[in-house]
Amino acid sequence: MDGFWQVLGEAAGLILAWDSDLIEIVGLSLRVTLTAVAISCVIGLPLGAAVGAFRFPGRTAAIVVLNSLMGLPPVVVGLMAYLMLSAAGPLGPLQLLYTPAAMIIAQTILVTPLIAALSRQVVEDCYREYAEQFDSLGVGPLDRAAALLWDARYSLLTVALAGFGRAVAEVGAVIIVGGNINHVTRVMTTTIALETSKGNLELALALGVVLLALAVAVNGAVMALRASAVRMAYA
Amino acid sequence: MFRPIVLALAAAGFIAAGPLAATDKFIVVQSTTSTQNSGLYDHILPLFRQKTGIEVRVVAVGTGQAIRNAANGDGDVLLVHSKRAEEEFVAAGHGIARFDLMYNDFVIVGPAADPAGVAGSDDAVAALTGIARAKAPFASRGDDSGTHKAELALWAEAGVDVAAASGGWYRETGSGMGATLNIGAGMGAYVLTDRATWTSFGNKNGHRILVEGDPGLFNQYGIVPVNPEKHPNVRAGPGRQFVDWMLSREGQAAIASYRVDGQQLFFPNAGN
Repeated sequence: MDGFWQVLGEAAGLILAWDSDLIEIVGLSLRVTLTAVAISCVIGLPLGAAVGAFRFPGRTAAIVVLNSLMGLPPVVVGLMAYLMLSAAGPLGPLQLLYTPAAMIIAQTILVTPLIAALSRQVVEDCYREYAEQFDSLGVGPLDRAAALLWDARYSLLTVALAGFGRAVAEVGAVIIVGGNINHVTRVMTTTIALETSKGNLELALALGVVLLALAVAVNGAVMALRASAVRMAYA
Repeated sequence: MFRPIVLALAAAGFIAAGPLAATDKFIVVQSTTSTQNSGLYDHILPLFRQKTGIEVRVVAVGTGQAIRNAANGDGDVLLVHSKRAEEEFVAAGHGIARFDLMYNDFVIVGPAADPAGVAGSDDAVAALTGIARAKAPFASRGDDSGTHKAELALWAEAGVDVAAASGGWYRETGSGMGATLNIGAGMGAYVLTDRATWTSFGNKNGHRILVEGDPGLFNQYGIVPVNPEKHPNVRAGPGRQFVDWMLSREGQAAIASYRVDGQQLFFPNAGN
């Protein structure tokens, strides 16, 4: 397993050297994915809460669709976003193709169904406990959804982290709409794909370890925030 | 009480609010993985930028996809290596004109054990015939790229029906050059590759060049400015500037001066 230790050493070297190219790539990865996840939460959380807490015709079908969309292949999302953003597509005049904005759009399409589907389940479980109380107090539907989202906020943090994980790890969508352009749209995963195609397997895997470290850092930061929020809530 | 998380979201928003489109003066070049992976662009594009201030953004995909993207108007310049497809692109009105830019050559690489016994040959068609006869594994791009088209033409010349053998000894990876070389190195298969990608490839794994020097392995790159009459959003001015510079004595010298391990990878031949 010489190769394995070599990779770990190389990854440590990459992180310690922290050269400007790596900073740029890591920064863009974070910027694109965090923005996409934030937008996905703004859309997906209320959507999930609505499906979770309201009763309406076609609700089961809506749940099936949401759950199925969690399995959207990133490359298909990339193609859809490409056809929309291409100069020949309906959103062509915006000239967003091959920019970070295009990557944010693609990842938002990818992650929103996941956030909506998981938050639907969280909110629905929560709703079972609260339903009688809501009924007795005569709480309106919007207040119900809002109260459920608020009370389930710690579980929903995990939902957001699942979204982050899916977005930061995908390569299929961002490589199509971003184009993996050096210094413009190159992120961690597209760099890994590029180095693999150059046959630099150790460097590619070392970058993978850096990506993993990044995910650990983000998850750790969120857990720390959560812990301090809980402390303040019960202080 | 939830303030830390709100603050964190605000911080995320702050990160996200950075400039999304960096420079205003740039062009997009639809090109192939072979030119990108070999490092050629890292060598010549800074020279062009220094001279003109224009940033060149390269999207490196297979020739088939590059042409398709450019035909959608998603690029200002096309730089690929499949002359017939480039001429069709121009004939369809997507490009203004096609120019010879540079060339290198294809080589057939394979395992040192060489089960088909083709090492040292300078006859690509005979070598492929030998590989087919030995049913030795051969990894093909299978992705409609320039290299794939060149490979299929050689098989046709050898009179071998590779479609029938696909899935057996003939393996279509449906991937880029580098991915196909990784697969070829992994399964001990022969691969037709351009010399530039091979020379700068890091995972040779005992594979070596077995067949080279056949005139049929000639690999011509062409450059095409995308036609603004067909695609009004094209950055025609700076795109044309880039094409003209690449074809100029200065651009051609820049191409010739790119070396990996002391070896010249691309040979300029504009205006020949």
